[in-house]
Amino acid sequence: MALYLSLKEIWRNKGRFFLFSLVIGLISVLVLFTNGLAFGLASANKEYLENLNAQLLVFKNDVDYSTIESRIEFKNVKRIGRIDGVSEIGPIAFSNVKLVFDSDLVPIDVSFIGVEPDKPGSPPVVLGKGLRSSTGKITVIDRSVADRANVDVGDSITIKTNQGDEDKFYELRVTGITDSQQYFFRPSIFVKLPTWDRYRPRSDAGVYSNQPVINVIAVLVDDLSVLATLPAVISEIVDDVETADIRTAYESAPGYSEQQNTLNTIQGFTFLIGTLVIGGFFQIQTLQKIPQIGMLKAIGAPNRIVAGAAILQILFVTMFGVTIGALATLGLVSGMPANIPVVFSVNSVLNAVVALLLIGPLGGMVSIRLALKVEPLTALGG
Amino acid sequence: MDANILETTLVTKIYSSAGLSVRAVDDVSIKVRSGEFVALVGPSGSGKTTMLAILAALLKPTKGQVYINGNPLASLNDSQRTRFRRENIGFTFQENNLIPYLTALENVDLMQRLNKKQSRGHRHRASELLIRLGLEKQMTQLPAQLSTGQQQRVAIARSLVHEPSVVLADEPTANLDTERANQVVRIFADLIHEEKHAGIMVTHDLRMCQYVDKVIQMVDGKISRAISDQEDINLLARTSEFDILDLPASEESRT
Repeated sequence: MALYLSLKEIWRNKGRFFLFSLVIGLISVLVLFTNGLAFGLASANKEYLENLNAQLLVFKNDVDYSTIESRIEFKNVKRIGRIDGVSEIGPIAFSNVKLVFDSDLVPIDVSFIGVEPDKPGSPPVVLGKGLRSSTGKITVIDRSVADRANVDVGDSITIKTNQGDEDKFYELRVTGITDSQQYFFRPSIFVKLPTWDRYRPRSDAGVYSNQPVINVIAVLVDDLSVLATLPAVISEIVDDVETADIRTAYESAPGYSEQQNTLNTIQGFTFLIGTLVIGGFFQIQTLQKIPQIGMLKAIGAPNRIVAGAAILQILFVTMFGVTIGALATLGLVSGMPANIPVVFSVNSVLNAVVALLLIGPLGGMVSIRLALKVEPLTALGG
Repeated sequence: MDANILETTLVTKIYSSAGLSVRAVDDVSIKVRSGEFVALVGPSGSGKTTMLAILAALLKPTKGQVYINGNPLASLNDSQRTRFRRENIGFTFQENNLIPYLTALENVDLMQRLNKKQSRGHRHRASELLIRLGLEKQMTQLPAQLSTGQQQRVAIARSLVHEPSVVLADEPTANLDTERANQVVRIFADLIHEEKHAGIMVTHDLRMCQYVDKVIQMVDGKISRAISDQEDINLLARTSEFDILDLPASEESRT
């Protein structure tokens, strides 16, 4: 009966309910878009660290876990590797270079990351092989670079770097392709540490080392129970370092928290606006229907039918609106330039959709309460 | 003689507010038999609408008892009252009778749906009543597409469709012209007589009394007179000025 009444009312007032669903749809677009943007920006910032095959990162002391500021002597890598409970360690060094092309392709800024083959920090390849080879002139590149530069395993790429006061160009053969390894808003290319030290931008082109000063050390443990005590042990054994878990490390990236908080606040406000808009619409509609609700109750419709019809109607309109919004967002994003980092993750989109579906009943609660309080006596004008 | 379907004994309703109390209904005892159509008349503030609300199980009296089919309404809780209204009472109100998004037929059928009567026979009764009330062509129209008189006839059909024991109407002709008012009340009376409901109509318009079997006049919450003789009723209906009883109650009748 409640279903019958709610559907009949929606059907016979299609225009009004459709317009209102569109409003909910637009709110959904805003929420989903902000959600995708927050996720996309976060990914672009932290993807490499988040997907790292390690639980801890060792930084220089007092650099606020900044990978760029951190400098660690190579000799400390081995010392940390010998600590009880540490399963594997991987030194990692970060820099930036440009990929340049013979064709008229625009150069691509990439994160230039030096790692030890098969150690934590070395990315898993999805195509081709890893960095284990006697030659240093090889690289594993992120799929986004491969797609943009249209290169494949076996092809060569040229990097441009600045050493001393000269622009230098180095050729690297692509040995493997990895996936989802953006860092600091740049796709990444990986080389062995000696290669990294030789090719990275630097003030003096002549000096390089097989054991360069690196930025951070990734630490992998087998027994997770040591994670609580390991940072203190590392600081005790190695001077001037501090240890962070992966999450702390990427959240400490410059601007990361500010950016995420801003987007989360926008999303929160959009939810609030959505709740108030839906609440307002149904409140006004219920106020207009008070005589009708009074009559229904007078002729013997129980409260559960009156409330049920109201709740179902709110749910239908919200569901329809959110569906319109989701489809519109998909359309919008597919037509958007690739440099806007909107990325949808199943989990966060599902959370946003569930939250959007909940704001309908939440906003409509006041109107349902109002409908329940209508006295059947109002049918007699009393 | 048909049995009494509706009976009240010394029903009183007192409204109290800010230390003042008003006896809106004062010791009213009435009986309505099956197939009997009663008009409840009186000036504004005479308590007739309050009395109707008490008979409809919408309002509890301060004192006295209401029996419908021998069952005392006082023993029912709120949800039992709702169910009682749904099953045993038919309503026609002065306005806002119909659900605007349901067609004429759906509005009538609403009572059957509420009572979970959805057989072909039950649906047939809804359309049969509408045909009887001259609305064959309007069945699929929405209330906004109907005239006020047609809307009132749909409401009458709805009040009768579930075959209630008691049929109540609150000023059903208030928004109708004389011709439409006569037509609506005449059909209403015929159906009450034929289908053996106990009918009570609150009205200002004494001319409508020509279709009823008994006229009960209320003044200041009390029954001031009851007329059962058909000739007296017809005389009242013929000689009364329209809305004459809507004048304020005379000083003499106030106590």
